Amino acid sequence: MSYFIDRRANAKHKSAVNRQRFLDRYRGHIKRSVEEAVNRRSITDMERGEKVSIPSRDISEPVFQHGPGGRRSIIAPGNREFVEGDRFKRPGGSGGGDGSGEGGASNQGEGMDEFAFSLTREEFLDFVFEGLELPHLERKPLVDLEETRPVRAGLTRDGVPARINIVRSMREAHARRIAMRGPIRRALREAQQALEAEEHKDPALRNPVRIQELKDEIARLEKRLEAVPFIDTNDLRYNNVIQQPQPSSKAVMFCVMDVSGSMTQAHKDIAKRFFLLLYLFLERNYERVELVFVRHHTAAREVDEEEFFYSRETGGTIVSSALTLVDEIIEARYPPSQWNLYVAQASDGDNWDDDSLTCRDLLTRSLMPRLQYFAYVEITPHAHQALWEEYERVEAEYADRFAMRQIIEAGDIYPVFRELFQRRAASS
Amino acid sequence: MLDRKPIATGSDWSFEVLAEFEAEIARLADEYRLDTYPNQIEIITTEQMMDAYASVGMPVGYHHWSFGKQFLAVEQAYRRGQMGLAYELVINSNPCIAYLMEENTLMMQVLVMAHACYGHNSFFKGNYLFQTWTDAGSIVDYLLFARRYIAECEERHGVTAVEQLLDACHALQNHGVDRYKRPSPISAEEEIRRQKERESHLQAQVNTLWRTIPGRSPAETDSPDMDEEDPLGLHAGARYPPEPQENLLYFIEKNAPLLAPWQREVVRIVRKLAQYFYPQRQTQVMNEGWATFWHYTLMNRLYDDGLVDEGLILEFLQSHTSVVQQPAFDSPAYNGINPYALGFAIFSDLRRICESPTDEDRLWFPDLADSDWRETLQFAMHNFKDESFIQQFLSPRVIRELKLFKVVDDDQDEMLEVTAIHDERGYQRIREALASQYALAVREPNIQVQAADIRGDRSLTLRHIQDNRRPLARSVYPVMRHLHQLWGFPVKLESVQDNEIVGRYQWPLPEDDDAAQ
Repeated sequence: MSYFIDRRANAKHKSAVNRQRFLDRYRGHIKRSVEEAVNRRSITDMERGEKVSIPSRDISEPVFQHGPGGRRSIIAPGNREFVEGDRFKRPGGSGGGDGSGEGGASNQGEGMDEFAFSLTREEFLDFVFEGLELPHLERKPLVDLEETRPVRAGLTRDGVPARINIVRSMREAHARRIAMRGPIRRALREAQQALEAEEHKDPALRNPVRIQELKDEIARLEKRLEAVPFIDTNDLRYNNVIQQPQPSSKAVMFCVMDVSGSMTQAHKDIAKRFFLLLYLFLERNYERVELVFVRHHTAAREVDEEEFFYSRETGGTIVSSALTLVDEIIEARYPPSQWNLYVAQASDGDNWDDDSLTCRDLLTRSLMPRLQYFAYVEITPHAHQALWEEYERVEAEYADRFAMRQIIEAGDIYPVFRELFQRRAASS
Repeated sequence: MLDRKPIATGSDWSFEVLAEFEAEIARLADEYRLDTYPNQIEIITTEQMMDAYASVGMPVGYHHWSFGKQFLAVEQAYRRGQMGLAYELVINSNPCIAYLMEENTLMMQVLVMAHACYGHNSFFKGNYLFQTWTDAGSIVDYLLFARRYIAECEERHGVTAVEQLLDACHALQNHGVDRYKRPSPISAEEEIRRQKERESHLQAQVNTLWRTIPGRSPAETDSPDMDEEDPLGLHAGARYPPEPQENLLYFIEKNAPLLAPWQREVVRIVRKLAQYFYPQRQTQVMNEGWATFWHYTLMNRLYDDGLVDEGLILEFLQSHTSVVQQPAFDSPAYNGINPYALGFAIFSDLRRICESPTDEDRLWFPDLADSDWRETLQFAMHNFKDESFIQQFLSPRVIRELKLFKVVDDDQDEMLEVTAIHDERGYQRIREALASQYALAVREPNIQVQAADIRGDRSLTLRHIQDNRRPLARSVYPVMRHLHQLWGFPVKLESVQDNEIVGRYQWPLPEDDDAAQ
């Protein structure tokens, strides 16, 4: 009276809902842990989950229990030296050691003070970016769109063999067979009945010609019945796939950084973290994100990631050189009709005296109309200079797609990032 | 020398091999007259085992964050290698569902089948507590009903509202059982059929109870035909409830003034599930001891019959030994008395007493010595719970083997005192103390509903009867807060020792306390 069932193929993660409920309930605690982790972690380290601890008392499920005190007797195993009447000091000082053992003291968590568990990478990033929103996450309009995506669209009568829908084809064939054989079967049945009737007649009354006729008829009908094909080209049905235009889901992110002598490695580290957060964030919102690294001192150059962050150069600073290069790259490779364009710029605020005006000009005239968003972070503990002031005027003009903040130390990155991308109250 | 024809060797298993082993175990179990439900053996993966584990062994459970917490705890412990996942999980249902993990070795699968599918299974079917309190045939249906009902409530009333209600109910679930009444068995069909009816009926009943609330005309309450409408005599000036009630959840379900019908239904669901788990809480030692005894016996028979090879039996013995290990009280591994070890020791010793009794056994167990061991063990399994089982069957020999001793910890005494050890004078005392250590009434505080002030401020008063001056833990406040949520009016609790009130708690906290904080 036993049977085996192989359940291995069944759904896993039956507890996913409960797990989510738990995470929701302790959102506050977890967020705090995540924020600490973001600030503590090394820059390249966003790709894994995080261990989170919550004080056990905050998540306990209280029940009526006995507290310490009173008089209790405990049975314990493994007596070695005690004899009846022995008296000794209470171990640990508190009321009665670890109690009577079976009293349910350790039904979970092995009596830990901290309830610790791991978030997956996805959950971790969810918490990191919770409540944030990409400004102008408008899908590029469908009109001038070259991107398409194959979509299932019912069935057709013709197509390639790979797309045959077997179930539907067989169903069609079955229906056709029923339809085609029905009349033949009926005729056959009638002929057989007639033949039988004829043969049961008195031998004297039989009509041999008629019998032969009927036999021929039956043979003919049987042949026709057999001739009905099991499956016919007409029965075949194919899954239809059409190409549907798709809103653009590509984004390109320009990382622009000042590498002049005034930017120290610490500054670059801070900038890198900022870029990294932005990249992760974009990655969650777009299917494909490309990165373009532009570094500049007096002249700008497009470089790969390694060089961007680690090689050193010195010299003066002309910010507009970088903006011009970004403009050119957009022109050449990233038509705004197909790409969502984001620029993140990090600098210490130094710029060549007259250049800041050029920057503003370049931004308002050429860049800003094409960009989804421009984020500028100034990494400096000092007072702002001309660049900041000019940028402020750009911000005034493009308040919804231009943002700037100041970062003083590493700990500011995450809060500043959050501030920049805080979900805005619904506005159209 | 026996000619061995092992069914399979090595550590890999296949369904055919398992089926063959299962058939052999079934044959042996039949020989030993183990009466079981049919077995439904499910092969699952590690993740699925963790899922099953997190829902405290219910094959389907309603959604609640506490199960998520459980899951995370299990997952974390497993990942860190702190805990081998239990390699078996068995559910008291008919058919009896047992889970085997696919990662187990062949030996483990055979062991689990012997342990769960024949040991636990026959215990579920035979033990009187399970027969009285649970209905194995309908539990899965009831769980499905509960899950659907709670999901519906979440849809209608919001997840948060349901969650808070469940939190409150869970806090009281250990006090959701009538210990002295036989409950009606739970059946899903019945539940669904009656549920609608109950909703309206319940509310009507509660309305009657709370009739004196302002808004009713006094003429109506004082009318002479009141007795007809008030068969309980609630308004005759007597106290309500007339007798103290130990089933807090039941009392709330029937009497809480402000709960909506669906909330009463949820309270009921938690109460019914608490009832389902009630026997398990009281038969831990027996249940595990019984299953362990049988897997030990059956595995050895398989070996004796030449159906398994030496490798497998050695692997088994290694595993078995670690299961029934009892670290001494001063060992770092000590974590209370191991129910597997204690239960296994008692059952094994019972068999020994029946088969080859010593003079001591004849003195202590005159009826058992030389009786048929199978019948004696069956009798012990059928008719006891941990408390009475230990009281009845803990033999001096087991006490000596485990070197049990009794320590008295009295907060009025600076020193602890050893009052009994494993000697002539101590056996009886140790036995009694250990039995009471497993008595639910001693393990959990005795708390009952004393009075509901149905005329005045509608406050609810509970009474905690102290056992040997043991006070309540600090968790009393959060629990009272939950209780307050359910009741809707102030909740008070009195701790009583020797008819004298020694402690008072109340929620919400009194005003002056608020100011002090």
